[in-house]
Amino acid sequence: MNQSKQGISNWLLLLGVIVLSVTPLIFLRGAEFTGADGQAQEAIGEIKPGYQPWFKPLFEPASKEIESLLFSSQAALGAGIIGYAVGLYKGRSQQPRNKE
Amino acid sequence: MSALSFYLVVSASRPAYGMHIMEGYLPAEWAIFWWLVALPFMVLGVRSLTRITQANPELKLLLALAGAFTFVLSALKLPSVTGSCSHPTGTGLGAVLFRPLAMSVLGTLVLLFQALLLAHGGLTTLGANAFSMAIAGPFAAYWIYHLTLKLTGKQKISIFLAAALANLLTYIVTSVQLALAFPAPVGGFLASFAKFAGIFAITQVPLAISEGLLTVLVWNWLQSYSPQELELLKLIKCQPQPHESI
Repeated sequence: MNQSKQGISNWLLLLGVIVLSVTPLIFLRGAEFTGADGQAQEAIGEIKPGYQPWFKPLFEPASKEIESLLFSSQAALGAGIIGYAVGLYKGRSQQPRNKE
Repeated sequence: MSALSFYLVVSASRPAYGMHIMEGYLPAEWAIFWWLVALPFMVLGVRSLTRITQANPELKLLLALAGAFTFVLSALKLPSVTGSCSHPTGTGLGAVLFRPLAMSVLGTLVLLFQALLLAHGGLTTLGANAFSMAIAGPFAAYWIYHLTLKLTGKQKISIFLAAALANLLTYIVTSVQLALAFPAPVGGFLASFAKFAGIFAITQVPLAISEGLLTVLVWNWLQSYSPQELELLKLIKCQPQPHESI
């Protein structure tokens, strides 16, 4: 497959992901978009009323803001490593061509 | 990529607890049971990682990339058609590249990070969460990849299916784990399973597709820029003749 065709298909893949995540936001305006896990927690409460978690997290983010900071750091760190690796591979793959 | 992830993370409307089984939410006997099930995989996983890095130190960067992919994807809480949010797992890529045992370690590390710093998942439930996300998912991905490749001969479709189905399976296993620990008073395990699977399954379908697409994207990059590594892992033939249509 040639490079430009590959480039287009990569953009289409990204577009697909964006469409998949934006569509629910557009069509489900009233929805709360809470975590699915929170619903599972409620379901546990329904199946076994009075169930108490027997262990507490050792550390809990002080607020939603701090939590989103930690979450975005997780994404940023990971994306940074992916970008570094892909960039390095790309640079390396182009090097011999430049030398010639 | 990082801007996209950042946008998605920041815009995720209301960060809620953990997408995996939360701290203290598995009765002690089940927490211990899943720890015991997961531990051998982790030990074998560490051995597998050591072997990979000793035999081919040049693969370390690719290994870091596979781990980072899981790290990013499990930070992305994406909105779904059910009006709730969940996140992809990102374990399919590494499982296909390095075999599932390597992912059992990398996936567990991601879960550990989230349990310790984000109160997302938990230490007592780490065994169960590791089993669903870092063991069952990657093994499924690996088998689905090889089965689909054999049947269709199309590598990208195989990658897509492996990543997407591993994501779905992760949440099916989570539902099984919750149903085993909390069988319904009426209908028992099956009724509970239907309930938990109902919460996770439909939510997870678009996310599984997203994960499949993102995995193929990274695969495309690897195929263009690091054919040597893929060749080393015997994932492309020595004389690259890609026949895929996508």
